[in-house]
This record gives sequence, structure tokens and C-alpha cells, in this order.
Amino acid sequence: MKKKIFAPLLISILCLTSCISQENPPEIKTPDQSKYTTETIVDGIEIPWGMDFINENELLVTEKKGILYRVSNGKKTEVSGLPEVYQRGQGGLMDVALHPDFNKNKTIYLTIGVHLEGEKGGNTALYCAKLNENSLSNLKLLYKGQPNTKKGQHWGSRIVFDQNNHLYFTIGDRGNRDVNPQDISRDGGKVYRLNLDGSIPKDNPFIAKENARKAIYSYGHRNPQGMVFDKRTKKIWANEHGPRGGDEINIIKRGKNYGWPIITYGINYSGTMITDKTKMDGMEQPLYFWVPSIAPSGMAFSTSNIYPKWKNSLFVGSLKFEYLERLEIKNEKVIKREKVLESIGRVRNVKEGPDGYLYVAVEGNGILKIIPN
Amino acid sequence: MKFFVTFYFIFIFNICLSLFTKKPLQESLLDGQEIYEDFCAQCHLEDGKGVKGIYPPLAKSDFLKDINRTISSIKYGLKGPIIVNGEKYNSIMVSQGLDDEEISDVVNYILNSWGNSSDEIITEEIVASIKK
Repeated sequence: MKKKIFAPLLISILCLTSCISQENPPEIKTPDQSKYTTETIVDGIEIPWGMDFINENELLVTEKKGILYRVSNGKKTEVSGLPEVYQRGQGGLMDVALHPDFNKNKTIYLTIGVHLEGEKGGNTALYCAKLNENSLSNLKLLYKGQPNTKKGQHWGSRIVFDQNNHLYFTIGDRGNRDVNPQDISRDGGKVYRLNLDGSIPKDNPFIAKENARKAIYSYGHRNPQGMVFDKRTKKIWANEHGPRGGDEINIIKRGKNYGWPIITYGINYSGTMITDKTKMDGMEQPLYFWVPSIAPSGMAFSTSNIYPKWKNSLFVGSLKFEYLERLEIKNEKVIKREKVLESIGRVRNVKEGPDGYLYVAVEGNGILKIIPN
Repeated sequence: MKFFVTFYFIFIFNICLSLFTKKPLQESLLDGQEIYEDFCAQCHLEDGKGVKGIYPPLAKSDFLKDINRTISSIKYGLKGPIIVNGEKYNSIMVSQGLDDEEISDVVNYILNSWGNSSDEIITEEIVASIKK
């Protein structure tokens, strides 16, 4: 009798412990870290959230607490003319992106936590402005998430462009997961799509839907803080902070529901359940989810020939584990994961520069360029 | 009768005054818990234990003995190497944009949770007096 119980008991204990401790495959590897070094492009920035390149020697960098820097040959100068930044919790001055035709029109886009008017608190807004040497002019509010809230969480935010002159940006669920992400008449927990002048594209998915926020492109997100346009496939990739064990990579498709908080692979950080559902009809499955959560930040593809072994790999910053993650993708599946720049610090962003090098933004530090040895 | 009415109003006035000038600890702890769950628990976790080597613990943490430094860290941020309960940490925590009352509430909550206890009640005024 005893023996009969023992085997199933042992198996179930093993199963249970392996389920709890197991990392979602592929297992992360730590290869030889001496094959590349880093060069500091600019330092002295606490939280370098967003960056974009004016040319090979100049870039714009945002510091979350509300400073926009123009960095020229390693020297940073503050750019004046920002709207008042509402810095609270995970929000503040977030992403910056140059207009696809920046060389002609000098226009930039910014996502910023702002209060403006109305209820107490703030929400994420998208602005455009003209960049003159070290100042902004023609500041224009293109979109503002509603309503304001004093909650500290989940503001997003990233800005990217597709090949058809659409701008995409993100707002997280703003700490109101049971109300915002699944309701398309509300902001928060969404990826938005606009034309470059801020108008709403006529073929946006919810344009004809009564009461919908017409700028919404996809919904059911928690907190997307990484996004990149894949030039090869013309698809938008995004990662989002999930709950514990629920950080995700998704390909963003028109009008789709990514499920938060109805389905998720994660649990609350306290260990309690959010939902027992990981799949449901009408909701997208993530391309990949991280267990354990890495706290994913910016995201980039390496498309140049500077790092031959890394060509077409996806790179994602880990805030929590303080490294840059390289993911090899085959047929939209993650087949290999590797640590790059182990113990570098909280990685806030990663981008491919116009020179083909990868640039990494590290908290408490600044922008580093990865150089193969 | 007149005396009684006057006395009654003075009594009520005093109660109101004491209620509005000093926030009772119980209320501060409740507000502090809400702030904690919103702004701190993501890293330091709901049980205040943090993540060894990454996010320092607040539960039974020797760092909290210096209350002024604790308040200053929340108000202005904290950066660079610290040692908490014998473990090294070297990261960055930025200011969360909380006002002085919110900081007093969350510090009271931290100082009285997860086995921590403190005789000192942190007020908005104490937080306001802490300089960088």
C-alpha cells in the first residue's frame, strides 16, 4: 500500500517543484563576455528612458525626471521648451522619436506623463515639437490618455513608425487593470496608431465603433515599454511587463486583444492568482513569455553586419536582472536566449544606431555602445 | 445653560482641530499601505523582503535605523553602494514624485510592518524638514 502511494506522490512533488522553479525555455545562456566591450557615449543620466539618433554623432536622450538632452560628440546639452512633466511612480518624460522626415521638418515626438487639467494625477500624452538647436518650438499636444489618476504604475511608453507613415505609441493600464485594458472606450492598456500629424487613420480598427477611443490599434496590454518596427517583415514587435512570470513579447496586430487581465501566464507579485486562464478564443497568445520575469524595457533588432553572429537577433533590456538579452528568432519562435553585458546595471533601452551599432541605455549611467573585439 | 453650550462648542472645536492638524497613525498606516503597494511593492515586494542582491529588504532592515536617511532616500532618491543586513547592494532608486504627506504615510507603514516597529510617528512636517 505504502509503495503504491509513494511513486505518484514523488512524481507529483517533482512536477510541482519543477513547475515552480522552471524557467520558460529556451534556458538563458551566459556565453563568453569578452567578445565585446562597451564605449560610453554619454554619462551622468539617472534614467535614460528614450533615445533617437539625429546622425552618427548626435542623438537625443530623455531623462525620466523631465530633461531632454541633445548629445553631440559625447557632450550633453539640455533642450528647453518641454511641457511641465508630471513625474510620478513609473511615469515622467518617456520616449523620444524623430519624425521619419526629420531632416526636412526638424520635428520630434515625445511621450510624457502630464497633469494638464481635470482630475488630480496624470496620464501619458503624446506631443510633437520642432527641434531648433537646443530648444523646442511649435509644441503640440497630439493625444492625452484619460482620465488622470494618481496611480504610479504603467504609463508605457514607446513610440515607433511603420513604413506607411503611421506612428504607434503605448500607454500601460495605469494601475487600473480590471477597468482599462479590456474597455476600448477608455484609455490605458493600449497600443495607439496615429498619422504623423496626429490625426486618426481612416482604417484604424475601431473607427466606426461608437464610444471607442478611435486611436486604439490593439488592446488588452498591461505595460508595454519596448517596441520596434521590424523593417524586414514590416511588423510591429512589442514587449510588456506582465505580472510575476507574465512578461511577454507580442507582434502587434490590428484590432487584436492581447488578453490582459483575462488571460496571463503570470501571477500577482504577492503569489496570489489573477486568473487560471492562459488561453481564450478571441485573445492573442504571446510570441514568448518570460519565466522568471526579467522586467523587459526597450527592444531592438540588429540588422547590420557589425555583429555577424547577432544579425537579425532581437535584443531586450532587463531592468531586473541588469543585462541585455539576445533572443534568436526563427519562424516567430524564440529558439535561443543569451545574456549580453552581464551585470551592466538596469538596462532601460536598446536601439540600433544609424551606424549599425547597438546602443544601450543603463540607469545610473548613460548610453553605451557595444563594440565587438 | 449658556456656559454648557459654550463649553460644548469649544470641546467640539478642539476635537476637530486635533483631527485635522495631526493625522492619526491608523489612518496614516492605511494610506501608507496603499502608497506602498502602488509605488514600492513592485521591487521591494509586498512582504518587504526585496530580492537578495538586487532590491534591498525593508522587513527587519538595519538600513531603517537611520530614519532621516530613509525619508531622504524616498524623497530625493538613492544611488550607489549600500549594505543592508550584511548584503551589498549597488543600484539606483529614483524619487517617485510623492508629496510630503504621502512620504510620511509610507514611512510609517514601512516602520510598522513585517515585524518592524517604531515609536516615532513621522509627520508631513518632519518630511518637509528633511533636506537633500
